[in-house]
Amino acid sequence: MTTWYPVAVTLLVAGVIVGVMCTINMLIGPKRPGAIKSEAFECGNPPSGSAWGRFSVRFYLTAILFLIFDVEVIFLYPWAVELRYLGMFGFVEALIFIAILCVGLLYAWQRGALDWD
Amino acid sequence: MSPFNLAAINFVWLPILPLVVVTVAAMAVLLAGVRVDDSESEGLGLLTLASLAVAFVFTLGILGQYGVAFAGAISVDSFSAFFELVILIAAMFTVMMSLDYAAENRIPGAEYYSLLLFSVLGMMLMAAAGDLIVIFLGLETMSITVYVLAGIMRRNAKSNEAAIKYFLLGAFSTGFLLYGIALVYGATGTIKLGPIHDALASGAMGSNPLLLAGIGMMVIGFGFKVAAVPFHMWAPDVYEGAPTPVTAFMAVGVKLAAFAAFIRVFMVDFASVGAHWQTVLWVIAALTMTGGNLIAVVQTNIKRMLAYSAIAHAGYLLLGMAAGVRSGPAILYYLLGYTFTNLGAFSVVIALERRGEAGNQISDFRGLAARQPLLAGAMAIFLLSLTGVPPMAGFVGKFYIFSEALHQGYVGLVIIAVLNSVVSAYYYFYVLVAMYMQEGGVEVERLSARPALVAAVGLAALATILIGVYPQPYIASAANAFHSASGAEGSHSAALEP
Repeated sequence: MTTWYPVAVTLLVAGVIVGVMCTINMLIGPKRPGAIKSEAFECGNPPSGSAWGRFSVRFYLTAILFLIFDVEVIFLYPWAVELRYLGMFGFVEALIFIAILCVGLLYAWQRGALDWD
Repeated sequence: MSPFNLAAINFVWLPILPLVVVTVAAMAVLLAGVRVDDSESEGLGLLTLASLAVAFVFTLGILGQYGVAFAGAISVDSFSAFFELVILIAAMFTVMMSLDYAAENRIPGAEYYSLLLFSVLGMMLMAAAGDLIVIFLGLETMSITVYVLAGIMRRNAKSNEAAIKYFLLGAFSTGFLLYGIALVYGATGTIKLGPIHDALASGAMGSNPLLLAGIGMMVIGFGFKVAAVPFHMWAPDVYEGAPTPVTAFMAVGVKLAAFAAFIRVFMVDFASVGAHWQTVLWVIAALTMTGGNLIAVVQTNIKRMLAYSAIAHAGYLLLGMAAGVRSGPAILYYLLGYTFTNLGAFSVVIALERRGEAGNQISDFRGLAARQPLLAGAMAIFLLSLTGVPPMAGFVGKFYIFSEALHQGYVGLVIIAVLNSVVSAYYYFYVLVAMYMQEGGVEVERLSARPALVAAVGLAALATILIGVYPQPYIASAANAFHSASGAEGSHSAALEP
């Protein structure tokens, strides 16, 4: 039980600091709300239109294709880092992996998923 | 890590060669079929059939080998070979049923056949799995493709309903299984089946609550996949809505794969803690048999009737599991007979079916014997086998499972099972009566123009009789397969790896 003592203290201190700061801010901070300040925060861009607007269903294909190659890259990074250690076996395995993904791309291409209109 | 060693790699890759063949075939069919019109997909079907046959031959090569490959991820034994062979047979029958069905119903051939192959890949992986993660991987590969296959007739509302129901409930059940795997891993500290077996057999676990919760979760996960009561709600709607060849594939292939993993994990690796889960399976088996058979009685749609019958048969198989290790060979033999019988019955249903749902009612079978005596005769064989009438495979399977359970003292459960068999005779014979003693029903069209379907019916009928009349070699190979799984777990140090 004693080993968890520092964790408990850290939790307590964190809670107290956050609580005190929020309370002080609430009490003495100036409040001047304006039209621009009340907008939903969108990374600095002025918001345009409603989030409920309609968009083309084709985006779902784009999203799926993105997913395929996104995942591919996620797997290739660790492989690239350990290339020397994994040797020829790892190299061939990565090639097989990429080949299988290429079949997916080829299929999507042939089916016309890459044509926008 | 050693440099590229070709000899060593060959040795390790041999056990998964059938899986590689199926994977490559799935991708080849997908690419070859992109430009093929939906109504001309027979060629793709034949390509699928050929590659399944090649995988079958390669799988025969694994028979008699022992050990583990890929650091324990793949079990190499006759148990995996047995199930892989039966799964491949089921897949080949499914393709034979699909050849004309897919073309007539404008099912996109490239997607249909490649998804079928990917699904077979997942099933074989479940049968050959050597650790819990590979079982999960195989289960997901199988399930996700079957969800899509169930809904592949996109313009058919029932097909869509089947897919979405199966997907939602299937995803939910997968969560249970995965949680169970995580808890078992937490309790034993390993996901490899061999070490789990040793950890439990040493008795150090006792009744660790983590382990028991994990086992319970895994019972739920597998229970969903084999459609055991009370986890069966999805089965009738999905079986009814899916394209009929896919229904056959689900009723047989998915069940085979799920039971392969279920039996390997529970009857081999969890065998030493059997006291904890056998009672649970006792109750589930009794519920499944009774529920499946009673609800089947009131069905008017043949696909729904066969769905409830499939639930009931899962109950008989669970009876074997509840009765303990000695029933293992009987369960495997039963699954073999069930495979041919059920595939045959669904082939006959397809023969009667025309565009849409016409021909799916039991009343459509009226007078079939007068118009198509051979087709009706084959259906009679399948129905008698499902009931458990000698000399069909279904009789020997039931007799074997029930007698093994009796030997182990499960008298109450066997009495429930026999009473259920009597109930099941009612709805199976109802179809027989419709075929032979009533008039009306639908005309069977173009049977002579569908040689693959006719061949599927004929081969299934022959196999159903052959396995029932001369069961010894099949019982022997089932026993050999089951004992190789229990034996291999004991000596899992004998790895195939370099």
